[in-house]
Amino acid sequence: MPVAKTYAEYQAEGNTPEILFWVGCAGSFDTRAQKITRALCDILNHAGVQFAILGNEERCTGDPARRAGNEFLFQMTALMNIETLNMYGVQKIVTACPHCFNTLKNEYPELGGQYEVIHHTQLLQELIQTGRLKLKEGGSFKGKKITYHDSCYLGRANDVYEAPRALLEALDADLSEMKRSRKNGLCCGAGGAQMWKEDEPGNKRINTERIDEALETNPTAVVANCPFCITMLQDGLKAREKNEQVMVYDLSEMVLNNLG
Amino acid sequence: MLQSIFFLAVLVGTGWFAWKGYRRIWQNIHLGTPQALSGDTSQRWKNMFLVALGQQKMFKNWLPAVLHLFIYVAFVLTQIELLEIFVDGLSGSHRFFAPYLGGLYTLAISLIEILSVLALVATIIFLARRNILRVPRFHKPEMKGWPFRDANLILLGEIILITGIYCMNGADKVLQTRGLEHYAPTGAFAVSSWLGPALFGSLSDGALIAVERFGWWLHILTVFGFLCYLPYSKHLHILLAFPNTWYARLSPKGQMENMPEVQKEVRIMMGLDQPDPNTPAELPEFGANDVFSLSWLNLLQAYSCTECGRCTAACPANLTGKKLSPRKVMMDVRDRAEEVGLLLESGQQQRDTFADGKSLFDYISPEEIHACTTCNACVEACPVLINPLDIILKLRRHEILTQAAGPGDCLSMFNAIENNGAAWAMSEEREAWRNQD
Repeated sequence: MPVAKTYAEYQAEGNTPEILFWVGCAGSFDTRAQKITRALCDILNHAGVQFAILGNEERCTGDPARRAGNEFLFQMTALMNIETLNMYGVQKIVTACPHCFNTLKNEYPELGGQYEVIHHTQLLQELIQTGRLKLKEGGSFKGKKITYHDSCYLGRANDVYEAPRALLEALDADLSEMKRSRKNGLCCGAGGAQMWKEDEPGNKRINTERIDEALETNPTAVVANCPFCITMLQDGLKAREKNEQVMVYDLSEMVLNNLG
Repeated sequence: MLQSIFFLAVLVGTGWFAWKGYRRIWQNIHLGTPQALSGDTSQRWKNMFLVALGQQKMFKNWLPAVLHLFIYVAFVLTQIELLEIFVDGLSGSHRFFAPYLGGLYTLAISLIEILSVLALVATIIFLARRNILRVPRFHKPEMKGWPFRDANLILLGEIILITGIYCMNGADKVLQTRGLEHYAPTGAFAVSSWLGPALFGSLSDGALIAVERFGWWLHILTVFGFLCYLPYSKHLHILLAFPNTWYARLSPKGQMENMPEVQKEVRIMMGLDQPDPNTPAELPEFGANDVFSLSWLNLLQAYSCTECGRCTAACPANLTGKKLSPRKVMMDVRDRAEEVGLLLESGQQQRDTFADGKSLFDYISPEEIHACTTCNACVEACPVLINPLDIILKLRRHEILTQAAGPGDCLSMFNAIENNGAAWAMSEEREAWRNQD
């Protein structure tokens, strides 16, 4: 049995899932982000959450196109997604990508797509709070020094700062904050369609600037909540030749490794 | 009598000159397109009280926040004394409020004096931060020349204002001990009661009157000068911070403004709506390339910017040596609004047919707007809720939708989304991951 069923498969069985997992382009195609996708599926299956994906019917939300300035393309892809979501009668969406999260939550309503949208860190926190998910005592991150990178689109863009930190606390990790965190967090450099283009001329890459700041906290791992941040942070570690010593994790991977 | 006539003449002259300056700004702001306001009005008042009146966002960095607060509170309190200067100036009275307010008057002037000392200290530290310590955000390329002098001029103006107050009050305090009819005792002022005798104690009555009048005129003429100067300086934030924080967007920072006109086109294209036979076949221009296509709120924000550079200091692109500076974007929009405003005012151009062969892209280069990661750090950093990102995104929209330009790298992403429904062109199926390990 595959780790995730599509909405169409649920419907064929005559069932309605609790929640739609919006996988996103990175989660679907990027090798590193696929691991996060599978980790989240494993957790949801473990907790007995009935979730569906759109599978091949999902399209890019249009975030990079819109931010690059291409409103026509954004409207096109967004309206196609909304047709699909509304056809299935989707009510609640979880996503592991803050860019998809922001677009689905804040930008689809005006186009006719009204859903309750949460980020996977919020869902995981909720599952732990309600007891549907249990973490083991003295897990693999107990007392480990880690630092946490606020993605711009979960943090500043949507003011979600606490859910990821609550998860870190539940994991017993020893969080040491970077100088620039929460509202003042520094971007990883990928947003606003930068992921798809070369940097403009400058004297440093943004991800290197960010990883230098992360390394100042002497962490064993840098924790993030966004597939693009994870790529950028990992590239930054490589540039500083620290990718052997310091790991980059998505919160879902940490939770999966410590399920009780 | 002669003084009153002179005062009235200066007042009328200042009023006329200031009126011209402020009217120009009002008109320039109204060059922009309408701006839909959404959200809760009570939240708008809250923003204005907390962020403009309460200086909430300044306190991200407590040292400049406290120093700025000294100058701000001193400025607000001095309005009481200024009001009296107006009454005295026009009627020829001396310290008109003193007999009516009694002890309260002594308290008010004392408070003004104490805050003026604190403001003086703050002003000197601010001058040092700009000129000696050279805080980096004050020395970015866009601050060269006039913007840098502008900041120093205002700080010098503050020192002159404070000097005026102490000359006026100090000499007055000594005169009050000489039993002259015009200078009735007012009780002990916190600073000038000892500063006055220390500085001017040995002067003759005539010299004291001269010093008192000098301080009085220095103070009011500096205030008048400041009023006329404001519309030409970066210092308009003392007025515009209030409307600016009230009108600031209330939606989540991540939300980009929708373009209903594009939405309509796409819905028709996708067969979701029927075309309206009354709409012209020609598509309008999309995005913004000039002050006429920015909203009036974008322009109000450009005039509210005091060029502190907190946005630029927080910008990841600027921090890593890229050309983008959110402050420069705001300064460029204002400069362009000024340029357009002058051409309209002089009658060289008409609003409906405006074409001077220039646009905002003559001020802001593609390289700058392409460097933005849309991270909202600039928006978060602004102490008066200016949103440079909104302008950057409107320029990007113009580049792509109207000029069919933009960074070439983005084309493959656009094609992938259009043809594959994914941000990368992939040969495998989107759901292939669920069948792999």
